[in-house]
Amino acid sequence: MMTEKPLLRVVAKLLIPLILLFALYVQFHGDFGPGGGFQAGVIFAVAFILYSLIYGVRVARQAIPASATRSMLAFGVLIYGGTGVVTMLMGGEFLDYNVLAATVHGGQHLGVFLVEFGVGTTVAGAMITIFYTFSGHVNDNLPFRKHNHVVTPSKKGDGH
Amino acid sequence: MTATAFWLVRLRNLFAVIMLSGIYSLFAAALYLVMDAVDVAFTEAAVGAGISTVLMLGTLSMTTDQEKVHKKVSPFALILVLATGGVLIYGTMDMPRYGDINAPINQHVANRYLEKSAHEVGPPNVVTSVLASYRGYDTLGETAVVFTAAVGVLVIIGRTQNKNMPGSTRARRRREDELDEPVKPEDGARKNEEASSS
Repeated sequence: MMTEKPLLRVVAKLLIPLILLFALYVQFHGDFGPGGGFQAGVIFAVAFILYSLIYGVRVARQAIPASATRSMLAFGVLIYGGTGVVTMLMGGEFLDYNVLAATVHGGQHLGVFLVEFGVGTTVAGAMITIFYTFSGHVNDNLPFRKHNHVVTPSKKGDGH
Repeated sequence: MTATAFWLVRLRNLFAVIMLSGIYSLFAAALYLVMDAVDVAFTEAAVGAGISTVLMLGTLSMTTDQEKVHKKVSPFALILVLATGGVLIYGTMDMPRYGDINAPINQHVANRYLEKSAHEVGPPNVVTSVLASYRGYDTLGETAVVFTAAVGVLVIIGRTQNKNMPGSTRARRRREDELDEPVKPEDGARKNEEASSS
């Protein structure tokens, strides 16, 4: 696999950092432009999925192990809910961001930032986890692209 | 878009169906963009055309890529579908025209959000302030839904993926029962590889 598809591998190598950077941009610029935690999480996950499509799931699992994505999954919800609990501890209602900082805008900004970060973490974790589970279930040793060949024989079988 | 949808229904090759549904999502994203719903278009392009296509391909690799053809036409199902479709179309007749200023959606809380969001929350993107601040509870629920979905996938089919998980030893034991001899975890994978190449 390492010598196959050099074009794809080089292009992916160029694109993946840009995709990750774009995900972070969407995540932290969501207040000003379109986007937010959900979209950012998906784009972040896409970078890793692209990596495992081209370099194989096994290599991708070394880059970001399944246990890490599962932790991300739970950690995001924890950040979101935790923000709500913190606002309660600081004297406000659940998810009332005004109490987080001295000014209303500061508090809201911090609250929205934390909550969106939680959403992004959960979504990214969820997408990579689901992808790993699906691909891991089929065959752990093969890169994902080869799985399509597992499917095609049935098509040939139907033909004759 | 409609043409894509009809083509989707007629096709029997599931691989082509998945590719077409990705194209359909891309059309939908373009439609949302025309309607000035940039955030929704963004999500549709990323999730509908991107992730779900890959996940469906992953599912496909576990099953076959040809749909089973059912020749029999059930009259009851046809009547039910036609009736439901008719009721849905009848329901849209009462709906206000797209962009109508008097429509409930433009009269209810939307105006308040648009006017006061800059004061009360701050971010220039009102969508973000509605999602994360005004409707914080809803978004928490949505995040929990995503979490639950991933946990559900893990519980249902995630057992064999981790060698330290209890499910994987059970799966290995089942393979041992079938072959009447102990197998190492890698052997099963290699067997699949041989099966696929032959």
